[in-house]
Amino acid sequence: MTPTQGDRDAVLGRIREALRVPAPLKHPAERSAGGEPTTAHFREWLPPVGPSLDARFELFSRLSETLKSELIVCADMDEAAAQLIKIATEASWKTLGLHHGELTSALASRLPADLGRIFVDDGYDKNALEASDAGLTECELLVAQTGSVCVTGPSSGGRVLSVLPPHHVVIARRSQIVTDLSEAYASLAAKYRDNYPSMISFITGPSRTGDIERILVLGAHGPKRLTILLLP
Amino acid sequence: MNSFTSPPKDIFQNDADRTTDDGPRRAAVRNALHNYKAARTRTGATYTDWKAARSAASTIKHEAVNHLDKYLEEFERKFTARGGKVFWASNSQQAREYIVNLAKARNVRAIVKSKAMTGEEIHLNDALIAEGFGVVESDLGEFIQQLKGEAPYHFVFPCMHLRRDEISDLFHKELGTAKTNSPEELTMIARRVLRRTYVEADMGISGGNFIVADTGMISITENEGNARLTVGVPKIHVALIGIEKVVPRLGDLALLLPMLATAGTGQHLTGYNSMYGGPRQPGENDGPEEFHVVLLDNHRTRLLADPEQRDALHCIRCGACLNVCPIFKNIGGHTYGTTYQGPIGSVITPHFRGLQDWKHLSGASSLCGACTETCPVGIDIHHHLLHNRRNAAAEKPAPGEGLLWKAFTFLMRRPALYRLATRFAPLGSMLHPLIERSALDPMIAWTNTRDFPEAATKSFRQQFNAHQAAKASKNGGAK
Repeated sequence: MTPTQGDRDAVLGRIREALRVPAPLKHPAERSAGGEPTTAHFREWLPPVGPSLDARFELFSRLSETLKSELIVCADMDEAAAQLIKIATEASWKTLGLHHGELTSALASRLPADLGRIFVDDGYDKNALEASDAGLTECELLVAQTGSVCVTGPSSGGRVLSVLPPHHVVIARRSQIVTDLSEAYASLAAKYRDNYPSMISFITGPSRTGDIERILVLGAHGPKRLTILLLP
Repeated sequence: MNSFTSPPKDIFQNDADRTTDDGPRRAAVRNALHNYKAARTRTGATYTDWKAARSAASTIKHEAVNHLDKYLEEFERKFTARGGKVFWASNSQQAREYIVNLAKARNVRAIVKSKAMTGEEIHLNDALIAEGFGVVESDLGEFIQQLKGEAPYHFVFPCMHLRRDEISDLFHKELGTAKTNSPEELTMIARRVLRRTYVEADMGISGGNFIVADTGMISITENEGNARLTVGVPKIHVALIGIEKVVPRLGDLALLLPMLATAGTGQHLTGYNSMYGGPRQPGENDGPEEFHVVLLDNHRTRLLADPEQRDALHCIRCGACLNVCPIFKNIGGHTYGTTYQGPIGSVITPHFRGLQDWKHLSGASSLCGACTETCPVGIDIHHHLLHNRRNAAAEKPAPGEGLLWKAFTFLMRRPALYRLATRFAPLGSMLHPLIERSALDPMIAWTNTRDFPEAATKSFRQQFNAHQAAKASKNGGAK
């Protein structure tokens, strides 16, 4: 056994020995010409999503309600800023964590000067970020079929900003809503090719738990609130 | 609680007797399972074709498990190319030593852990605590079980057997918090305690739901966000994952993640599904400096070597088979005495820990097949319970059983002798009460919990003949 790789050869040896006898395929899937189940097939079996962007928006909006995400449709950046200022005032925010980005920077420039800002891209103190009132991020895309927000390191300020502060605010465009996870993965593959971000996360509603008597409680560890400001 | 010297079967029998007598506990579990069932039915109904989705999921896992060497090597190549470290562990001792030595070498002080059944399997916390490391379980259910000093009751819902007042009393005793009847307040107590640990811990430990070969990632499914924090904040991360968790392509998760959520908790998708491809990369804001993946065999290759039951390695640990199992519902999770409870645990535990010691779990089944029907990856669970019974009997026949069958066959082949024997049955019925439920009673395993039926004074053949004769004389009289 090597100290760095461990019992690599022994484990692989046992696997190869075990696999010398084939096992039957008990539930053969419908197959494409290529011989593998394709993502196009997944779409036929999973919960349906309509073909148009309006249908995708419709479903995303309905699921957001079920999931207790707050979806706020905004006419433009000024309205998004007004909505965010309203939330910040109601909850008496003192500090906002955020990252530099086309949408986040435009939104941040419209926020009051006395709201503290921690730009995580400039290096941050995790204690300060933990004590902040909210994290503002962009996202890669939104998934209609599941009501999810897809965040990655590059799109959303790293691994922690979208989960450490008690309120996660996402600023996104309506055109970012994709049909399902298959389309989301295909879009990530096209964008990053062989250089994927070290974290991809599909966030589906605010942090939740049902561990006590299977009763839903929001904000178990991550954000208690998830707000999505949706621009045209 | 349990004596370590008793065989697992005796402990199981004792615990099963005790738990089936505990009405209030059973009611609590039944109530939790009822909520689950409603959610699952609702979400499952939104699928266009659940069965076709299930076949595809099964095919994906079949492909992965039957080319395990190829996909694990592909994962290793891709993951290490991005600075991750992969350690292959043949058994639990190697896995424990690697993690303990890593913690020592890096002068780790505090460890935060998200849910990992592999951690339970290799008793990782005990090993770390014995070496003086503080380990805090961050999943709410696991946190409660850790405070209680108990193993998880269910591998998806660790404390489903506890009522809120019991959790409130536990928090009051261990954390000094005020008593409350509100699940929300109880959750917030745990949140307050745990949030500091993410920031203070210098090592995070997690499990993993999937190993993705083509992109060199691991995927973690959770609802609370504790795994996101565990993987995101501390500077060292270790993921401990069974070798069978591999899938060939990242795109396969587009099917498996929704199915895991729907089967496991009745959600369309679980709160956070996160894929990690190594430590913090150049140009990224944060993330651990070191990311280790420990690939755990620990007898999984023994199950792999059995082509008949190999599909048990397709399991994605959704817990659905526990939730629908009439045995689980009545005896509860702890009675199994295993890391993996319920029907799937009864199938795989004999392979992991010895057939003769754990074969009794395969007998603890009504063979109703609800587990097989509900399994999102189509594992033939209840037939595997039969396979275990058959294999156990073939390997070590029960003493005297062969002789009994021989005697029975001898008797059944000789009608005159059989008729003679049935004459004595009523005599047996008369004498049996004298020794019933005593040490002399040969039927004690039955009579302990049930009445033994009395033998009829007349055999079926006698009754039938008498009936026919009466009918003939009646008909004859009418004519």
